[in-house]
Amino acid sequence: MASHSAVLSMSRLLSPFRGGLLGNPTKPPPAKYGGRHTVTLIPGDGIGPELLNHVREVFRFSCVPVDFEVVHVNSALETDSDMDNAITAIRRNGVALKGNIETKHTLPPSVKSRNNVLRTSLDLYANVMHCQSLPGVQTRHKNIDIIIIRENTEGEYSSLEHESVSGVVECLKIITRNNSLRIADYAFRLAREKGRRRVTAVHKANIMKLGDGLFLQCCREVASGYPEITFDSMIVDNTTMQLVSKPQQFDVMVMPNLYGNVVSNVCAGLVGGPGLVPGANYGQAYAVFETATRNTGKSIADKNIANPTAMLLASCMMLDHLQLYDYASLIRNAVLTTMNETRLHTADLGGQGTTSEVVQSIMRIIQSKGQLISEF
Amino acid sequence: MAGSLWRSTLSQVVGWVRRSSIQSSVSRRGMQTVTLIPGDGIGPEISAAVIKIFEAAKVPVKWEERNVTAIKGPGGRWMIPPDAKESMDRSKIGLKGPLKTPIAAGHPSMNLLLRKTFDLYANVRPCISIEGYKTPYTDVDLVTIRENTEGEYSGIEHVIVDGVVQSIKLITEKASKRIAEYAFEYARNNQRNSVTAVHKANIMRMSDGLFLRKCREVAENFKDIKFTEMYLDTVCLNMVQDPTQFDVLVMPNLYGDILSDLCAGLIGGLGVTPSGNIGANGVAIFESVHGTAPDIAGLDLANPTALLLSAVMMLRHMGLHPHADKIQTACFDTIRDKKFLTKDLGGNAKCSEFKIAVLMTWTAGSTVIPMLIALLLLGSRTRISVFLISGPFYRETKHVDVSVLSPHS
Repeated sequence: MASHSAVLSMSRLLSPFRGGLLGNPTKPPPAKYGGRHTVTLIPGDGIGPELLNHVREVFRFSCVPVDFEVVHVNSALETDSDMDNAITAIRRNGVALKGNIETKHTLPPSVKSRNNVLRTSLDLYANVMHCQSLPGVQTRHKNIDIIIIRENTEGEYSSLEHESVSGVVECLKIITRNNSLRIADYAFRLAREKGRRRVTAVHKANIMKLGDGLFLQCCREVASGYPEITFDSMIVDNTTMQLVSKPQQFDVMVMPNLYGNVVSNVCAGLVGGPGLVPGANYGQAYAVFETATRNTGKSIADKNIANPTAMLLASCMMLDHLQLYDYASLIRNAVLTTMNETRLHTADLGGQGTTSEVVQSIMRIIQSKGQLISEF
Repeated sequence: MAGSLWRSTLSQVVGWVRRSSIQSSVSRRGMQTVTLIPGDGIGPEISAAVIKIFEAAKVPVKWEERNVTAIKGPGGRWMIPPDAKESMDRSKIGLKGPLKTPIAAGHPSMNLLLRKTFDLYANVRPCISIEGYKTPYTDVDLVTIRENTEGEYSGIEHVIVDGVVQSIKLITEKASKRIAEYAFEYARNNQRNSVTAVHKANIMRMSDGLFLRKCREVAENFKDIKFTEMYLDTVCLNMVQDPTQFDVLVMPNLYGDILSDLCAGLIGGLGVTPSGNIGANGVAIFESVHGTAPDIAGLDLANPTALLLSAVMMLRHMGLHPHADKIQTACFDTIRDKKFLTKDLGGNAKCSEFKIAVLMTWTAGSTVIPMLIALLLLGSRTRISVFLISGPFYRETKHVDVSVLSPHS
């Protein structure tokens, strides 16, 4: 433990860019061909393709040294070959930026959710989402600053279901000690890296005594190794109730898969909606970036009204991961200035702007490059 | 089209006839028996408050108090006392205060035992914004209907190998159909426009897929009610941004647990949220969902609103709508006036003061109420404000040192 903290403090001294580093243990892939990285891009469905086009536009405009390898996945197909191609591409490049892939209910249940398949094949065990109140966005609650770390591979999303008797379906929720320890460790390391003081584990161990009990026990074990961080736990229904009345009490939250889904969506709603929050999925060797609430947005697709903020901030997180910190700060500041100072909002925030107008505004700010730096 | 219009009109007429027939049967019978389970902690004092308010409102209800502490029956199985079961089976309606779950008593939670005994398959929680109790969310008016018997709370867990635990989520066709039917019937009987099924069928294809299919099938028989389906995460996202878009929500057990508490948080917490459990065989138990609050038990500080509103739900279920409306209005008016709010609502009145304030909103001008007040104040040495009714047309506020009325002085 002492050596571990020594290494961490050394890395903190050596790296001046604390704001961007999310405590991810994976090394970024080596740059190829004259310092340019290659990143896999999966457009997905709904608003994914148009938002990712805007990301590419902004990157081109800012001369970011990143090339995108585009891999299309057709959600209407029953075979897995598309997904296999995508996964191979991500394995090759190490980093990906993706839109959400739709899961069609009309297909038989053997066709699993493609997003889930991607996460489990690449073992992207940690989903990290940072919810912060933005000054330019009107919300009911202020001063929210919560980091949500959600176990991304097991739990209720194990996709193990069977119909043993006709009319009776069993769905298995798997909790393992290894994965619980891993995610708890990630959460505490991240909390320490970011100087956070409290980690809350969200569970339902009063009902699911063995499953969530195991998760809680693993969290407690890991917590004992981080004495400077307070650890407490809260039952998931009480958590949601507290979130809608006093969200300012939460700091870092760690939880299994399904509760993570609920809590992250509640938090995203509290800070202003799905168009604002970026999310990242980290594994040992790979990282995939997307919007935090993973919406396909079919109803607003191709109408030029989607909010590009979440996807652009996700791409900034990706640039931080690739250690291209200057470009990340540049684009992030431009996005936040448009949001908070220029106050050019899209329809989901109650504004009149179109997606292209917002992107143009961001590019203008990048061009001028002399704007105020907002804190992220 | 015309067929569905005729069907909806017929159902409305049937509902009205049924409601008025229940009322006339009650008035014919006189008093309807209700099993009262005061519960633990603050349970007895809030139950007492509800009983007093019902007496003052002249509700035709006869209370039968029962205790449901688990006893070990023949065969070693834990069960509720037979007299409680018999009373409930007879009266079919119950009102329950909070029950504590002892940690090492060896028996399962009392709430679980009650659920299993009476097959309480639907948990209904109407969440309506209380005017006067300000929360960041206004105009909330939705109902969550949660399947209460299976799903993720089946309690079936195994340790496969050391370090790997498996929990089983059970979804059956029968239970899904039953809860869907109840949800649509509830929507129809309470003049609700739409029912939304909440699910995660993109991930849990077979289990939530089955639930969704059953909801769709039942929706076919209720064409007058709009049916939509939404992912759990989308519901959560939209709920915290704009709760007014939701009407009736129906869902399996775990999602229902989370969402019903989320909605309770929107209107002000568990201290003001009513809840009802509907069972097979016509049994219905209405309860307050907050805890037993042992730290304030016996100190007259508890807020009886949750149990009172659950009792109002019970009255509506029994068809006694005028009484229900009267009590609900009195309760909301008291909270809106903000003069006698208990601590959890931001005031510092006592439970008994709140109860009296509710009674005081009925200025019938009769002498019964001042007499009742005097009776209530007997034995209490606190100083409170008393509204003196000097006639049907005006009220006078007078501070009375109640200790002089007490027989101890």
